[in-house]
Amino acid sequence: MSRSIIRAEHLSRSFGAVKAIDDLSLDVPAGIVFGFLGPNGAGKTTTIHLLLGLLEPTAGRASVLGFDTRTQADEIRARTGALLEFAGLYEHMSAEDNLDFYGRIYHMPAADRRVRRKELLTHLDLWDRRKDQVGKWSRGMKQKLAVARALFHHPCLIFLDEPTAGFDPLAATALHNDLASLVAREGVTVFLTTHNLTEAEKLCAQVGVIRQGKLLIVGNPDELRLREGSPQAEIVGQGFNEQTLALLRARPEVAHAELQGDHLTIELRVESRIAPLVSLIVQSGAEIEEVRRGKASLEDVFLTLMGEEDK
Amino acid sequence: MTDLWTMLWKEWKDLIFRDRRGGLLRHLLFIGILGIVLPWLVGLQWLELPAGAMLVVLYIPFLFIISFVGDAIAGERERHTLETLLASRMPDRVILLGKVIATVGYAWGMAVAGLLLGVVWANLLNGNGGWMFYHPFDLLLEWLALILVVILLAASTGVLISLRVATVRQAQQTLQIGTLVLVIAALLVLRALPENFIASLSYSQIMLIAIAVIATLDAILLGLALESFQRSRLILS
Repeated sequence: MSRSIIRAEHLSRSFGAVKAIDDLSLDVPAGIVFGFLGPNGAGKTTTIHLLLGLLEPTAGRASVLGFDTRTQADEIRARTGALLEFAGLYEHMSAEDNLDFYGRIYHMPAADRRVRRKELLTHLDLWDRRKDQVGKWSRGMKQKLAVARALFHHPCLIFLDEPTAGFDPLAATALHNDLASLVAREGVTVFLTTHNLTEAEKLCAQVGVIRQGKLLIVGNPDELRLREGSPQAEIVGQGFNEQTLALLRARPEVAHAELQGDHLTIELRVESRIAPLVSLIVQSGAEIEEVRRGKASLEDVFLTLMGEEDK
Repeated sequence: MTDLWTMLWKEWKDLIFRDRRGGLLRHLLFIGILGIVLPWLVGLQWLELPAGAMLVVLYIPFLFIISFVGDAIAGERERHTLETLLASRMPDRVILLGKVIATVGYAWGMAVAGLLLGVVWANLLNGNGGWMFYHPFDLLLEWLALILVVILLAASTGVLISLRVATVRQAQQTLQIGTLVLVIAALLVLRALPENFIASLSYSQIMLIAIAVIATLDAILLGLALESFQRSRLILS
């Protein structure tokens, strides 16, 4: 097991009567992309602010890279990079100058800054536009530059706060690909907050789900799917009817069966054989064209967790 | 010191390139008024640093400061660049001092450039062969010091206001009202002083008293601004 790069112990933060973070305990190992999932207002951004030492906890403690967030926040900020809620770029300055400013902040020598600028901007396909004022750029390009800025000074940990929020699927996929290749190349640990479950599924080795300031669950996406999601079967065919559904629902291993057009979705209580169910459907007079076994997606897990909390 | 230079580098880039062509023209216009229009209107007497003309010289960098300093913190907050800067390793005090020094340095540099251009222009327009400089020289130094402490006062007040308001517009409006209150207060203090006391003072003594009083105010306001500039407070606001 790798060492923890982030450790929170019973961390809480209140704003007046509102508990933004409530008794959060968390260990993030080094060298992975950790996804921090939650709906809007769950406390994701506040957690980042606490971990960067920008806010003080009202109770509990946290350490990042071995430094206490309350007393050694300067050390943390000197060794990490951040892309927060907004890209935070100086829009009338060029891409080069934006990167150069942050390189200077981290005391990088001029020659290193020059090399790093070329390396990152080339990797992100922004090199030809390096002298443009970034205010004239598209949102996707700005966000890529902001990622480059967060990585510019070779931090060992970066915080990314909803980097693809508000992006169309194409732009989001492009940024996911860039992020994945950069993270792999740089060997950096990433603390990624998101409410985009596809993003988390694609990028994260471990995820934590937070709601109303409480951490509900932590694990790798596969574990969570097994732990929280039910196995499923999807059957495509013809002749499905209410009688087919009734027969399926009567079986002990079937938790739920649903019909949409020519698609029959069966949610199983436990991992069990699908063949007896297929025979049952055929006996009811339906014709089967395709049978697919599947696991619950991270989205299903997330919705299940949110649903349980609502109850 | 490296951190301070980094902040100054960024702030000056910001000041010059914020509004590329318009910004540069506006700055040249200020220098032109100081160094060409005023000496042309006043004539060779300009080099004797007449109080009326010098008050205009003082007013122009002051105007520049109150137009730009409100942007210091409120502007970064409005453009969402402040949060990222606060998440970096840059120390709090350097961020604040960088903003104050960059604005004051730029405005004071503009006043000095205008005065130097004024020497050339006054000599070219009105000279009779010999080259003349500002005289008495001590008075020139006192005016330069007075300009510096006055714009530092405006900058410290502006940063303090900018820390506490949400938008640049609010900062500028509050600063304009603050300036008006300060001018009226200064006039009331002057009226309250015995007439024979003021009459007993020389031009240079009045300048030195004004410099001392304003420098004290500068120190207080700058201290307050440094005290108010806290990451956690700024993140919450």
